[in-house]
Amino acid sequence: MTVVEARGIVVRFGGVAALSGVDLTLTGGSVHALCGENGAGKSTLMKVLAGSITPDEGSVGIDGQAVAFGSPRDAIAAGIRMVHQELSLVPALSVTENVLLGAESPRRTMRQRALDALARIGSRIDPDVRVETLSLADQQMVEIAKALASASARVLILDEPTAILSPRECDALFACIGQLTSSGLAVLYCTHRLEEVARISSQVTVLRDGRLIASAPLAQMPREVIVRHMIGRDVARAARTRNSTGAVALAVKGLSSGFVRDVTFQVSYGEIVGLVGLVGAGRTELVRAIIGAARVDAGAMTLDGRQFRARRPHEAIRLGFGFVPEDRKGQGLIMHARVRVNTTLARLASFARAGVVDRQRERQVTRDWIDRLRIKTESIETPVERLSGGNQQKVVLARWLLGQLKVLIVDEPTRGVDVGARAEIYKVVNDLAAGGTAVIVVTSDLAEAAELCDRLLVMREGQLIGEADAADLAGAMMVGA
Amino acid sequence: MSEFASAFFSVANLINVALSIAIVGVLGVGMTAVILTGGIDLSVGSGVALIGIVTALAAHAGGSPSALMAGILLGGLTGAFVGLLVARWSVPSFLVTLATLSIERGLAYWISGGRSIGELPAGLTWLGQGIVLGLPVPVWVMLLVFALGWFVLTRTTGGRWVYATGGNEQAAWLAGVDTRRVIFATYLANGLLVGLAGVMLAARLGAGVPNAGVGYELDVIAAVVVGGTALVGGRGGVIGTLVGAVFIGVLNNALNIANVDPYLQRIVVGVVILGAVLADQARRRILRV
Repeated sequence: MTVVEARGIVVRFGGVAALSGVDLTLTGGSVHALCGENGAGKSTLMKVLAGSITPDEGSVGIDGQAVAFGSPRDAIAAGIRMVHQELSLVPALSVTENVLLGAESPRRTMRQRALDALARIGSRIDPDVRVETLSLADQQMVEIAKALASASARVLILDEPTAILSPRECDALFACIGQLTSSGLAVLYCTHRLEEVARISSQVTVLRDGRLIASAPLAQMPREVIVRHMIGRDVARAARTRNSTGAVALAVKGLSSGFVRDVTFQVSYGEIVGLVGLVGAGRTELVRAIIGAARVDAGAMTLDGRQFRARRPHEAIRLGFGFVPEDRKGQGLIMHARVRVNTTLARLASFARAGVVDRQRERQVTRDWIDRLRIKTESIETPVERLSGGNQQKVVLARWLLGQLKVLIVDEPTRGVDVGARAEIYKVVNDLAAGGTAVIVVTSDLAEAAELCDRLLVMREGQLIGEADAADLAGAMMVGA
Repeated sequence: MSEFASAFFSVANLINVALSIAIVGVLGVGMTAVILTGGIDLSVGSGVALIGIVTALAAHAGGSPSALMAGILLGGLTGAFVGLLVARWSVPSFLVTLATLSIERGLAYWISGGRSIGELPAGLTWLGQGIVLGLPVPVWVMLLVFALGWFVLTRTTGGRWVYATGGNEQAAWLAGVDTRRVIFATYLANGLLVGLAGVMLAARLGAGVPNAGVGYELDVIAAVVVGGTALVGGRGGVIGTLVGAVFIGVLNNALNIANVDPYLQRIVVGVVILGAVLADQARRRILRV
């Protein structure tokens, strides 16, 4: 049964068309996947349905009735709920208060209503704790519970909901989506993870450059077809070459930091080591301790056989470390600053004599790297916030490439990055390893671990619990697929 | 030409405007740097008063050069103290300088016994009252400080790090910027400029005056903000601050010449600052989307 029918949606920003004549039909009781690279128009289309953008042309109908949303409030009244990628919770309020924000009732009943809402998505989060004490993954669950707290929801729009979830939490989310669709809800599911599309959706729509490229049942849309529609050409999988030289770059012995306990491993020059495990397993905490961004409680580290301990990141960076943090906007980039400023941030001193920056050389080097990494930007003086996620990530990578680098640590390098840019980022990391740099990749994406890494270290609850050859994982995944 | 225009556009009057903003201008350069890191200094008004007193005492004890040195040194020490608290122990600059605002004003009264300390040597008063090549010395000093501030902030690694720290402290820190040192250095530089401004004020008044400079912090912050520097840090610059200081100076001067009631003047200045800030925000919003 058709719930939402959008026809010929056109949205223009200034002179640029973000959407040109897109159709979309959402059916009750099924999941509709929305795919496309960053900038393809997915967000715009979702915002049109959620009422935060009014289209310049086209119509939206609900149950056959034409509607015109002037604001998100109108869309909500019509039963459309959207969960944004960025969380919109109030950190200092309790889970209950957040779930029922704007729909408050007497205190006694509120707690029960919140529990019901959480139960509906299969979550057992304590409704009395403050949201700021929860993990990001739990906060995401609260966000979804909040969207569905009132009974009148007919359509749920999810924008990259699994970006910050662990595999187990993804399973819980998918189970809950299944439950919701069986009760008749229509779900529009936007994601970069194509394996999720195959797993939960029944209909797939692909957008590219603001145009509708394809919309068909899942059975007619295998992964390769979706990818080809998304980027308009075939992507060759990066061929894995092993580059490890056997010469140990970084050795970590018995490292403890916070809840990370007694971690021992080493990385050779030219090797790409993956740190895998669930969200909250301590991977980020471990790499932050190595580069001096978190306190080391015990243990020793050597670089080239020489013992070191960085108390702050700039000390590690001076030794030859580079770090690409998981939160690109919050920790990786100065979003309003120019591409050039972000690119040279870590190596600025190398462009300076007596503290005065040689701006001509800075521009030259920045331009070189923009070309080499094929970063799409109007110019090197464009604010980095105007770039797509993939290109932003390449800027963060470029930052480390323009100087002497011994060990590069990348935390979730392709989160929120589209398929085309993802392959390019893998290539950059691969080339770097081929050039002899030791690389540590923190990732929750097993496909990424299999594709990018030579060797995998598995973490759980702050400890290293195992090691595996990435080729075995890749093989296992091929069999499973 | 109308009476107003001929009075306003006379060379003497324009020089007068420049002189009236010289001290706020010098303070504005330091304040711009501090605000660019995302901080603030509320204590510059009482800072210049305390430094004026100490400068006057030092002048009586050891002559003009030692007075100048003492003033700048005290400013630097104060800046280092604030910088240490803000950078090393992450105390919000608003709170630290709210405290030093009170401490410095108290010290100024206490040391001076509440009285002005006058009869300064000629060498020192020249800094406030002398004229070189047709322009008052404080105006030269202000222009020099603006030029230096502009150069450091836009052309040096340190300046870039100030913008980076204010733009996203976490990102800058993880990219290897020693953000603590940057923040400390910014408050130190600001303190040295407060020292210089304190000496200039005493020189101009011909005395160390314990209740001088009341409310300067607001004039200075107004100049910085009207000049387009964002209070959250990371965006703006000293050119804007110069424009902001000139704008406010010209406005005050014009209202004076037009004989507007002084009480009314303050209201007008406040409304105009609000208007300028709103206009700037509207401009940003339009350019952005």
